[in-house]
Amino acid sequence: MLRYTLRRVLGAIPTLLILIALAFFMIRLAPGGPFDAERALLPEIEANLRATYHLDEPLPMQFARYLGGLVRGDFGPSFQYRDYTVTELIMTGFPVSLRIGLGAMVVALLFGVSVGSLAALRQNSRTDYTVMAMSMTGISIPNFVMAPILILIFAVYLGWLPAGGLGDGAIRNLILPVVSLALPQIAYIARLTRGSMIEVLRSPFIRTAKAQGLPQAKILLRHALKPALLPIVSYLGPATAAVITGSVVIEQIFGVPGLGRFFVQGALNRDYTLVMGVVVFYGVLIVFANLLVDLAYAWLDPKVKYA
Amino acid sequence: MVSAIVVGSMAVFVIVGPWFSAFSYDFTDWSNLSVAPGLEHGHYFGTDTLGRDLFVRTLYGGRISLMVGIVATIVSLAIGISYGATAGYLGGRTDHIMMRIVDILYALPFMFLVILLMVYFGRNILLIFVAIGAINWLDMARIVRGQTLSLKRREFVEAAEAQGVRTPAILRRHIVPNLLGVVAVYVTLTIPQVILVESFLSFLGLGVQEPMTSWGALVKDGAEELESAPWQLIFPATFLAATLFCFNFLGDGLRDALDPKDR
Repeated sequence: MLRYTLRRVLGAIPTLLILIALAFFMIRLAPGGPFDAERALLPEIEANLRATYHLDEPLPMQFARYLGGLVRGDFGPSFQYRDYTVTELIMTGFPVSLRIGLGAMVVALLFGVSVGSLAALRQNSRTDYTVMAMSMTGISIPNFVMAPILILIFAVYLGWLPAGGLGDGAIRNLILPVVSLALPQIAYIARLTRGSMIEVLRSPFIRTAKAQGLPQAKILLRHALKPALLPIVSYLGPATAAVITGSVVIEQIFGVPGLGRFFVQGALNRDYTLVMGVVVFYGVLIVFANLLVDLAYAWLDPKVKYA
Repeated sequence: MVSAIVVGSMAVFVIVGPWFSAFSYDFTDWSNLSVAPGLEHGHYFGTDTLGRDLFVRTLYGGRISLMVGIVATIVSLAIGISYGATAGYLGGRTDHIMMRIVDILYALPFMFLVILLMVYFGRNILLIFVAIGAINWLDMARIVRGQTLSLKRREFVEAAEAQGVRTPAILRRHIVPNLLGVVAVYVTLTIPQVILVESFLSFLGLGVQEPMTSWGALVKDGAEELESAPWQLIFPATFLAATLFCFNFLGDGLRDALDPKDR
């Protein structure tokens, strides 16, 4: 197990390096520099500026410097928010995003698994068809479409929940963003759970349990749930990526001051270092989530040999 | 089946639909700014805040969205098939290395790289096609490789090898045509993904630029006018969701029909 963990951690390093390198060299290949947008600068001043940001060094040197900074948790200065470093900006936005993202994941797992299991237990019943039809719809409606519709219904027409902003940070401000982020994931997880649950319920060991006269609830919770959840566990990696990507638009729509909004603002303002910092940060997060999922999977599934 | 018909008629509709309206996609109707849908003023879906006809814009947006979907899918097909078939057919160490590369790329958060690309290199539609196509070939490569592995042991491939046909010719003439069935299924699943990515970019303001539009851009505009003019959101959102739904449904159905395990 320890060896497997070590190998997986080492395996994640090239992925991260490629990600960082791609982001870094793309920025350098792009036409225009960070100081182009402003008034024409005196050549001496521009040279000074370039020297301050180490832009006058050869590329490999700059890359090494950036990597070195990353290892120490330093993403460099922001070009737009002159008084802040990118690290500071990320640290102000991330806690907010984390709350919404985690909330969405928890909601998605709880609802998705229970609804999916319900559909599997009543396979081919009306409940089953309703759940499946709803989840197909849920998958097909992107969350940036779902979010405004939810606002329209719950904030504009019914007036139950605030339309946006964090307010004083109370739960009711988070409900709509979390729900719109979670809905497509609920749909996806429900489908996955249903499929694997049906398969597990057909397997011999469940038949044995039934033959022994165990109550259905006990069969379901004690025996069927764990093997049925394996595909869900492996889906958690992509789900994390989807939730993170989704939160970029969701934060934009609801005006939540999270990391995703910094990202979009940075992208529109061409704040290169900020955008790149967020990409690298998210990338590390996603690669790390995938790693955790793989480890959890190896730990849960007796059939996976972690050689 | 119904999905196929809906998708088909959607495609026909977005192509011929604009001819049934008196307006062009960038025409500003100053006397009808942001009016609700109705027949009397000829704006079937109403107009946006700039007085542009939403019916025509929704259909033009649909053209762009579907075009991006198809072109980017073709790009990803071209890369995916040639990569997967080569890896699968050559086998051995080449295969191992090629698939390791796919594994590494798989773990990258591509959505963010595409956004980076759009930020650094400006927003033009050609770049969108290529960028989205270039990120979507990984699944295709894996599937194609798997199929190729089983195909290359078949008699007709052996026969071709025995006759001394060169490797590229075998790939082109014997392997690729036999892959098309499986590939067709995944095409129907790739197109909605691509449309979704494009809408996502457009929604963030990084996709198609004004006065041209796509469903994502229309949804974004609609979302901003949500309280005063909900129709600006509802029409493009419905078109987008319906299209995605049908493609997904179609792809799922086809995949289940081909997968003996699910029957």
